[in-house]
Amino acid sequence: MSDLKDKILKIYPAATFEEGDTLQVNVVEKDWLGVAAKLKNDLGFDVLTALVGMDWKESVGVMYYLTATGRDWEVITVKVVAEDRDNAYIHSVTSLWKVANFQEREVYDMFGIKFIGHPDMRRFFLRNDWVGHPLRKDYDTNPELNPIRLEDEQNEDDTRSYSLDDKGNVVETPGKVFEENEYVVNIGPQHPSTHGVMRFRASLDGEVVKKVDVVSGYIHRGIEKLSEGLTYPQILHFTDRMDYMSAHQNRHCLCMCIEKALGIEVPRRAQVIRTMMDELMRISSHLLSFGCTAMDLGATTAFFYGFREREMVLDIFEKTCGARMSMNYNVIGGVIADLHADFQKDVKELIRIMPERLKEYHTVFSGNIIAKNRLVGVGHLSKEDAINYDITGPSGRGSNWSCDCRKKHPYAVYNEVQFDEVLMDGCDSYSRYMVRMKEIEQSCRILEQLVDNIPEGDIRAQVPKIIKLPAGHWYQQVEASRGTFGVYIESTGEKNPFRVHFQSPCFNLVGVMDLTCSGYMIADLITIGAALDFVIPDIDR
Amino acid sequence: MFDFGKWTSAFNELLLGSGMAEWLAVLIECVIIAVLILAVYTVLALFYILYERKLCAWFQCRLGPMRVGKWGLLQVFADMFKILIKELICLKGTDRFLFKLAPYLVITSSVVMLACLPWGNGLQIIDWNIGIFFILAVSSVGVLGILLAGWSSNNKYTLIGAMRSGAQMISYEISLGLALMTIVVMAGTMDISQLVAQQEDAWFIFKGHIPAIIAFIIYVIAATAETNRGPFDLPEAEHELTAGYHTEYSGIHFGFFYLAEYLNLFIVSGIATMMFLGGWMPLHVPGWDGFNAVMNWIPSPVWFLAKAFFISFIIIWFKWTFPRVRIDQMLAFEWKYLMPFSLANLLLMTVFVAFGWHF
Repeated sequence: MSDLKDKILKIYPAATFEEGDTLQVNVVEKDWLGVAAKLKNDLGFDVLTALVGMDWKESVGVMYYLTATGRDWEVITVKVVAEDRDNAYIHSVTSLWKVANFQEREVYDMFGIKFIGHPDMRRFFLRNDWVGHPLRKDYDTNPELNPIRLEDEQNEDDTRSYSLDDKGNVVETPGKVFEENEYVVNIGPQHPSTHGVMRFRASLDGEVVKKVDVVSGYIHRGIEKLSEGLTYPQILHFTDRMDYMSAHQNRHCLCMCIEKALGIEVPRRAQVIRTMMDELMRISSHLLSFGCTAMDLGATTAFFYGFREREMVLDIFEKTCGARMSMNYNVIGGVIADLHADFQKDVKELIRIMPERLKEYHTVFSGNIIAKNRLVGVGHLSKEDAINYDITGPSGRGSNWSCDCRKKHPYAVYNEVQFDEVLMDGCDSYSRYMVRMKEIEQSCRILEQLVDNIPEGDIRAQVPKIIKLPAGHWYQQVEASRGTFGVYIESTGEKNPFRVHFQSPCFNLVGVMDLTCSGYMIADLITIGAALDFVIPDIDR
Repeated sequence: MFDFGKWTSAFNELLLGSGMAEWLAVLIECVIIAVLILAVYTVLALFYILYERKLCAWFQCRLGPMRVGKWGLLQVFADMFKILIKELICLKGTDRFLFKLAPYLVITSSVVMLACLPWGNGLQIIDWNIGIFFILAVSSVGVLGILLAGWSSNNKYTLIGAMRSGAQMISYEISLGLALMTIVVMAGTMDISQLVAQQEDAWFIFKGHIPAIIAFIIYVIAATAETNRGPFDLPEAEHELTAGYHTEYSGIHFGFFYLAEYLNLFIVSGIATMMFLGGWMPLHVPGWDGFNAVMNWIPSPVWFLAKAFFISFIIIWFKWTFPRVRIDQMLAFEWKYLMPFSLANLLLMTVFVAFGWHF
């Protein structure tokens, strides 16, 4: 770590450091863009893992989590504080990491921090006539300021970018999202193939898509804001309601983050159970993804075949957790209930039938010439773009980017089990689809190794009655079904968090919709969306 | 084989014998026939809806409708009454006249085609020497209804759906027509009753062997596209265009599109039956007189319907198995492969006929 400090001091002598779960570098705002470029180009921090807007009451700013894939996935934190709280601005890093595009728009939306040089500084979740920035600590929650508006949003094509003039004042330059005469088709928010209430505005040339504008926020629930007023055990259930297809992994992540802060040692039995549940969840999610991809391509029958097997996984969850969705199973220190007596028998049955069923899926759907023609070569996303846009999970691995968090930052018992990270180099929708299918096999392999080796013991550790995290901040990542899911917690030592941020993989996935859909046909937009497999509640947290 | 023509001529004589003027008798007969066609149309549509729902359910490891009536048999009636009592909504900004006209165009074209089919021995309603030609001409009127529906709805989805539909139906009509022409070349007639009569000894698909079988396969593919069914259901690709050209329709106006779609499925199956599988003609094998006599015991309308339902089953099977193709792939398939292939096949059949290689 001191080695890294020296390197950073070499490129930025004014750096100050703080120790935490990762090395934190404090950077002054006016130097930030230059430092960021050097961090990326000279020190190899090629992934912007998370971008967390912050309001420390006396000032606002951003915490950047950067990962160096070339150096064993080392993570550092960069803290940048805006100089003036009321007219806050920070230089945009979209030119370096494209993933920052939507992330910065979210921070602008929630904290009112203007990003200098961002090409499209609109709000991301809220309407453009919303008053105030909700995640600021001085936000006025008076409902009269923001009543339920019954009329349409005006001027939704208007955008703006900010720049600094010679005197250091922020200058606004207006712009337009679409040209005057473009044929813009509205896909969503109510549409059969957007997998939830997501809205795309696609500009068409005949049947060819020219540009996709993502309009998000239709089911935003303000989970991060709500969390600030709740205790830690009360926050847990939100995670099951973000990406409901990664409920176990998300909740596992939040529990791990809190356990890391408290220094709790989780019993081994609970670790194994958590790992198995994560993998079952992944199988269930990939089966749903298979079904929806097939359905979006018009093969309705294959959809039911996927659901037939998913039903078995849900039955396993139901027996142990008491619920088929929103399982609420992980708790701080372990899991809430012991396994059902049938658990091992059911899991073995699932492992037994899956290989045969996967072959059947291939016969019914992906082996079909029509399906192949629809998937192969559609939605090209190069490895460089996948890294730059931080597309993790099966979608990133379909672009041959080795990004499995279970391998890079092993947690639970993942370092004890044998499994392969599935990689494919097609960079298209077919590769993303096939990665998922092969990951089901790998998940079965993990389950097979664990199902007879569940150790006896406690299912959860002793935790204090009232959970108070010490002052500080923590970041934890897990491999959810759709990519790397991260939780950021900042605590001031109270029993409720000062700030919680959820870094969801699907948020980055919609970020590449414009890149991957441009130049393809409108039917491909649906295919690409299905193969990227985003879940909307994970975006609209 | 029982000739239903005896019944119809007996009824005609009964009317004339009662001292009725001839024009009045013809008028009464026309009205009765019209009522019968509409009744058959409705019953068949209801049957087809249930047929497809049940088949689809079985393909998908489900049971299908089971609650209304025994095995869900009354479900379609419940659906029909529901659709009949729904409000007809005409949105602001639509071209009201064209919007309301479109479903009638679609349904008229399919009713007229229904009347051309050979229902049984002596049960031919429209029968003249350009029968096949007439069917192809009338089927094109349906496209007009779909284009108008898409245009007049004043909605981007419907417009894209209608454009796709226009491109698709016009393209695939070529292959469809060429496949039918292949058989016309062999039979030497376009007259429907003669076409059926010629298949008394053996069906055309056996008589014309290689080119006829190729023509049959081309016909089934083109017919699937012509009826906008999967894998060619792009005009109403629900995952892209919500419901395509009929997105804005409600109540029975939507119901007309829906009924016409199912009836077109029956009609293309009926035409395939007529052209390739002998129409209402039972399965006859030359020389096997006992077998032929047994086959003749089965009434001719049963033969016709059974064969048509079988071909519909194949087309329904396609829909619930294959994913949807993309618009450019679909057009490329027609213009680059299917049409040249059917032209070559037509040539092949001409050679066969010229040298007398068919049976």
